[in-house]
Amino acid sequence: VCTSRFWFNYRHVANTLSVYRSVKRLGIPDSHIVLMLADDMACNPRNPKPATVFSHKNMELNVYGDDVEVDYRSYEVTVENFLRVLTGRIPPSTPRSKRLLSDDRSNILIYMTGHGGNGFLKFQDSEEITNVELADAFEQMWQKRRYNELLFIIDTCQGASMYERFYSPNIMALASSQVGEDSLSHQPDLGIGVHLMDRYTFYVLEFLEEIHPASQTNMNDLFQVCPKSLCVSTPGHRTDLFQRDPQKVLITDFFGSVRKVEITTETLSLDRDVAGFKSQFPEEELATEPLKYAEQLPVAQIIHQKPKQKDWHPPGGFILGLWALIIMVFFKTYGIKHMKHVF
Amino acid sequence: AAPVQVQLVVPMAVVFCPGSVPGDLPRPLPFRDVQEMEISVNLRTSVTSRYEMRYRSTTGQEEAALAAATAREADAALHLLQDTTLGSLTMYVVPETSSLLPQGINVYVGKHRSALVRAARSLAALQARLREVTQVMSFTASSIAAALSDRVPDGQLSPDARRNLKSSLGYEITFSLLNPDPKSHTVDWDIEGAVNRYVKPVLDKLSLVANFSVDSQILYYAVLGVTPRYDKESSSFLLSAHSLPHVINPVEARLGSSAASLYPVLNFLLYVPERSHSPLYIQDKDGAPVSTNAFHSPRWGGIMVYNVEAPASPQASLPLHVDVDMARVMEVFLAQLRLLFGLSREEVPPEFLLEGPGNEGLADWELDHLLWAHTVENIATVSTTLTSLAQLLDKIGNIVIKDDVASEVYRAVASVQSAVSKLSLGHLHAAFQASKEAVTSSERAFFDPSLLHLLYFPDDQKFAIYIPLFLPMAVPILLSLAKIVRETRLRKKEPTKMD
Repeated sequence: VCTSRFWFNYRHVANTLSVYRSVKRLGIPDSHIVLMLADDMACNPRNPKPATVFSHKNMELNVYGDDVEVDYRSYEVTVENFLRVLTGRIPPSTPRSKRLLSDDRSNILIYMTGHGGNGFLKFQDSEEITNVELADAFEQMWQKRRYNELLFIIDTCQGASMYERFYSPNIMALASSQVGEDSLSHQPDLGIGVHLMDRYTFYVLEFLEEIHPASQTNMNDLFQVCPKSLCVSTPGHRTDLFQRDPQKVLITDFFGSVRKVEITTETLSLDRDVAGFKSQFPEEELATEPLKYAEQLPVAQIIHQKPKQKDWHPPGGFILGLWALIIMVFFKTYGIKHMKHVF
Repeated sequence: AAPVQVQLVVPMAVVFCPGSVPGDLPRPLPFRDVQEMEISVNLRTSVTSRYEMRYRSTTGQEEAALAAATAREADAALHLLQDTTLGSLTMYVVPETSSLLPQGINVYVGKHRSALVRAARSLAALQARLREVTQVMSFTASSIAAALSDRVPDGQLSPDARRNLKSSLGYEITFSLLNPDPKSHTVDWDIEGAVNRYVKPVLDKLSLVANFSVDSQILYYAVLGVTPRYDKESSSFLLSAHSLPHVINPVEARLGSSAASLYPVLNFLLYVPERSHSPLYIQDKDGAPVSTNAFHSPRWGGIMVYNVEAPASPQASLPLHVDVDMARVMEVFLAQLRLLFGLSREEVPPEFLLEGPGNEGLADWELDHLLWAHTVENIATVSTTLTSLAQLLDKIGNIVIKDDVASEVYRAVASVQSAVSKLSLGHLHAAFQASKEAVTSSERAFFDPSLLHLLYFPDDQKFAIYIPLFLPMAVPILLSLAKIVRETRLRKKEPTKMD
């Protein structure tokens, strides 16, 4: 999830896309990735190299490319949509690619980047998500067993405050900086004119470059990434809610996708001379009229619709009481004879 | 997790042939007996199984049926005479010397809901044997624990207890043909015919459990993610067992799925290797080639490798036309489908003989197996969902419950109570339907989009918003109130002063 928009937040989009690429390289298909981006970088009029987003100076790696599948873009990246994706309370018309279809055996990796503060994360400069809301959303997911284990990585200023309030089991969290510290960006590119990446994500990506789908590197190595000397901020992590020992948790458990496989040793013996099949439960044929394209929407009804009358509600108790108090005090103070000035 | 107390009742009939009655019966036939067993999963979840057994002797028609030559014929004849409600079992005890059961076999389990059991000397030994039969034909403690897998504390669960497909209202089955080398092979597969002839009977039988939808596709230039090794001894290419997990992911990206439905997807892939990598065999852990040349992944689907014979003459024109033998392919895919659902016949004691299910794909008692597991799983899911919904509403006081959400909750509660009561009466089919309705209603209530709470106001934010609004407004009011109070007090004092 990239929670920022606007050209000067280029680095957040580059962060997210780089993590997206690494995760795809290690085997997770697009159908299992929900990518939320403001997506206003590649075609931004201020981008000197249109249709690209670079993650490294000297323009070595274009992380935008032509197989990036953004599920929530631009103004769809809101706190509400993010929480809906996590908890599953999505309107029924949402397509499969925009849903988190996980079950009790799924390991989920959540990566968030943007601008944050002590206990909150700013979404697109107009709203915030607090750490309590995030913790509650994770608890909802746990109640419905929507995850087996969850890894939460956040790269914002004061990122550690976002994982302080988690209370559901099987969650491991990593943040780029502690409370009171800012996460800094890595390197500006003079050709593009903005900072390209954040430091923490840059070093995490360097670390991930060495992982391949069969590697045995574990989480403790990920915790050592980006020490204070390189990152200036102190990365933090939280493993008390996690049941397994981080030493035994492989990076590919979250970043890649290694499936359990069994050899099939049985076959079903089928009788080959079988004619066509008649079902026990024959389907009834419903006679339907062919639909005409023009009849899909009741256009005549929509055009001639009168605006809906809003119901009038009498003012609520609090407002009434407040006004009664004000009026009573006014007249008591100044006397009843002043009423003639009012009426 | 919410407490769940469920009683699973299995109505059973034990029918004695003449000459098979053990000597130590407590009462003369017919009589009834009940055996209960407790399967406790954790502190708050307990499942008791209750076998209600009716012991009687054979009727004339049953004896005539049992006079058949083989066990299979006897089973077919008996099928017409027995009670075929879902969940019930009938066991025919044949004399020890009977020739219906081959040597060394003590139990024959038929395709329907009956078994032929060889008689034993004492009632206790016979009951032990009958207990084994019921374990195979209805449910075991481990199958119930697997259905309730999210309640079992992590350490106690066996590692493969969570590999069966979760109970769902429907499943989507996709058959895909992968042809990475269309220049060398033109592959024709009559998938429609195969689905009609072989797959539809199985899905029809499973239609009691869930709705199934089938589609198929052909993908060209789709390669496996792993390069197979060339083995000089067998002059073939080999895929080792530990490289199999990495095969699925690169392919999955191209498989696609129906955008509209949210049901779990089962993918069955048929891979025709390239000319340059033929023939391709899958190796198991010991290095031996697998006879089916197929592997499957729990909760995902299966892959089978179909090798094409090398052309007779090296000058044969490419591309070669390949007609896929769909029957052989479907034998493997349907076997994988059974395994994905958890219907395996591996843990059967050696003196049992199980009749193959034939084209129907699964025996009636295997269908019962699924129904027992799914019903229990559904009931547990519904109680967890409703409890967590109630907890959510307790914690966040200002969520508004719409009327339709409320009615879904009531419906879910009524359905789950009906399911539990039907289970305790032994009506498996009705209990399963009720549990399905309960799951639908509870999921609809829990995942209703209107229940999202974005209403968290931390206390310091409340101060920050309301004080600048109300403080300036309150200043003149408070001052005036103070003035009023002072005046009233003065006026009260004045009369006494005047006097």
